[in-house]
Amino acid sequence: MALLLEQLLNGVQLGVMLFLLAAGLTLVFGIMGVINLAHGSLYMVGAFASAFVAAQTGSFLLALLAGLAAAALCGMAVEYVVLRRLYARDHLDQVLATFGLILFFNQGMVLLFGRQPLFVDIPPLLQGAVEIIPGVPYPAYRIAIIGVGLLVGLGLWFLLQKTRVGMLVRAGATHRDMVRALGVDVRLLYTLVFGLGALLAGLAGLMAGPIFSVQVGMGEQILIQTFVVIVIGGLGSVRGAVAGALLVGLVDTLLRAFLPATLRSVMQGADADALASGLASMGIYVLMALVLLVRPRGLFPAHA
Amino acid sequence: MIERRKLLGSAAALAAAPLLARPALAQGAALKIGMITSLSGPGAYLGQDIRDGFALAMEVDSGKLGGTPVQLLVEDDALKPGQGKQIAERFMKNEKVRLLTGIVFSNVLGAAVPDVLDAGGIYVSPNASPSNMAGKECHPNFWSVAWQNDSLHEAAGQAARNLGYKKVFVLAPNYQAGKDAITGFKRKYALPVAGEIYTRLDQTDYAAEMAQIRAAQPDAIYQFHPGGLGIAFLKQYVQAGLSQSIPMVLSSPSMDYNTMMAVGEAAVGITVTAHWNSDFDNAANRGFLAAFQAKYNRMPTYYAEQGYDTALAIGAALRGTKGQVDDTEAFRKAMMPAKFESPRGRFAFGPNQHPVCDWFMLKVQKNGDGKLALVTQPGKVLENYGDAHSAQCKF
Repeated sequence: MALLLEQLLNGVQLGVMLFLLAAGLTLVFGIMGVINLAHGSLYMVGAFASAFVAAQTGSFLLALLAGLAAAALCGMAVEYVVLRRLYARDHLDQVLATFGLILFFNQGMVLLFGRQPLFVDIPPLLQGAVEIIPGVPYPAYRIAIIGVGLLVGLGLWFLLQKTRVGMLVRAGATHRDMVRALGVDVRLLYTLVFGLGALLAGLAGLMAGPIFSVQVGMGEQILIQTFVVIVIGGLGSVRGAVAGALLVGLVDTLLRAFLPATLRSVMQGADADALASGLASMGIYVLMALVLLVRPRGLFPAHA
Repeated sequence: MIERRKLLGSAAALAAAPLLARPALAQGAALKIGMITSLSGPGAYLGQDIRDGFALAMEVDSGKLGGTPVQLLVEDDALKPGQGKQIAERFMKNEKVRLLTGIVFSNVLGAAVPDVLDAGGIYVSPNASPSNMAGKECHPNFWSVAWQNDSLHEAAGQAARNLGYKKVFVLAPNYQAGKDAITGFKRKYALPVAGEIYTRLDQTDYAAEMAQIRAAQPDAIYQFHPGGLGIAFLKQYVQAGLSQSIPMVLSSPSMDYNTMMAVGEAAVGITVTAHWNSDFDNAANRGFLAAFQAKYNRMPTYYAEQGYDTALAIGAALRGTKGQVDDTEAFRKAMMPAKFESPRGRFAFGPNQHPVCDWFMLKVQKNGDGKLALVTQPGKVLENYGDAHSAQCKF
């Protein structure tokens, strides 16, 4: 029971991490129609910037601000310099250009920081474990990640549904030309939305620093799972990103946690372990296939 | 539009400039050596250290190896087996390279090296050495200067046994080297393990595994997660509060100098087994360390030592053949005696052309000045040890 609860929390925490990445990616796709493969690079920029500032100043607040600022500025610069020229082109061009950006960012980070992974510590306030139920210590840092993810989810909902900017964003997503005809500066709006997506990716990156390895290419590792999340949730839908991320996080974690033991009760140890790890790695892709069979446009399609 | 194209073009040329401007390491009819290695992606620093260690041995010998001027061609496989295979073909066909080296990961080696050997080329491995190449499928033109994959983990298994752990929990990624790791560990540990988990090679979150380790209550854990995977695993292990109660015994890929620095103080107390460590007290090692730090301004990992050893071993062979690699039988005869001073100390080739050397136990400790260091413990875990597959190798 305690183990199940712990694993559920683990699943939610992984889901929150994926949500922060997926939210930005899906916003950009839903509103601008751009497939941004370089989203993982912005995650890496956030992680590196905050790791660097934390090592230089020892201040976690400054590191947090630096990570967010670096990712958002990088994102807006990328939008202004590269993507702005690609809105009218087809997706293949966008994929090519943003794939090129991945190479560019990776090589840039190698030049700036080298190939060695960077050291990042957990803020002192969040070190140690909390006993959520007696006998099960759970890392305080992971609880903080879940908390931040929930806050960001709420904040995004408020921003998109309750504010004027959010209204423009939603209008821009569905009736781009009409919004432009009404005199709204759509280009500026796009830059801001892209910056927001990059900011969220940077936030995910800097929070990932203390638990994952901060190194060149870290973005690509998590990007594939992020794409699975937005395909399951429905391209362009933030609500879908929440649902997809939690589903993927839970399914992935619970399969890894409980499949080996379940299989071991019906077959030989070594065979069971091999089969379980194979099935667990397929899990989220099988989930994606099933969702697409039942709902070809994802759980919450943006333009239903 | 034209202006912008020009601008972009010049920017691209600028980016490529370091590649173009790289000085030819030797002039004229230098012997070409092809290095396929991982310089991008999660294994990037591994390939970088192998390349830099190899290049260092060439520089010490002023652009030569064993008296023969050599030119090192380096290409990045990005940890993709398909890409490694293409580079090998390009080296063999376009550049007429006969001698290749450099591959970090066993899955890349499995894709690229059989073609090299079939075409009559020679491959000298500075790292990946899967079990098939040491046993049934051994080849007279395949050499390993690193170790055989299993041996890394056999040493860890022996150390866990020597330390008296009765219930060890084992984890490794689900790929060839991961399976070799667990097989190797169990071979020398020789007691039933408390549990066995195969993780994914692209996994970043290990929370589910941590909970299972806690539930199993082992005496110790052994895990094989090279490079960035290991850093993430160790950080999460410490954060889960497991490091105080369950000690860890590792083989060197899970705890090299870079891993230790990225994990920080949380690594203190971890036991590691290795064939080389920076504190080895022999003349060859002192020379290697000083030259490496002077040239690159960083501490070498054991990958750098292996790159360096590989260059020295090739140099010793080239000295014997006067720079010829076309007669592979002559090359083989010259390579076999391993006439070079390895920073690891004792080094010989076994009958399957894989190393025979000593294995040691290291511990992560804090130095007097508060810095983290891998410190070699007295005694040897395995002495004069080759590998378990040699008997099956018939040329």
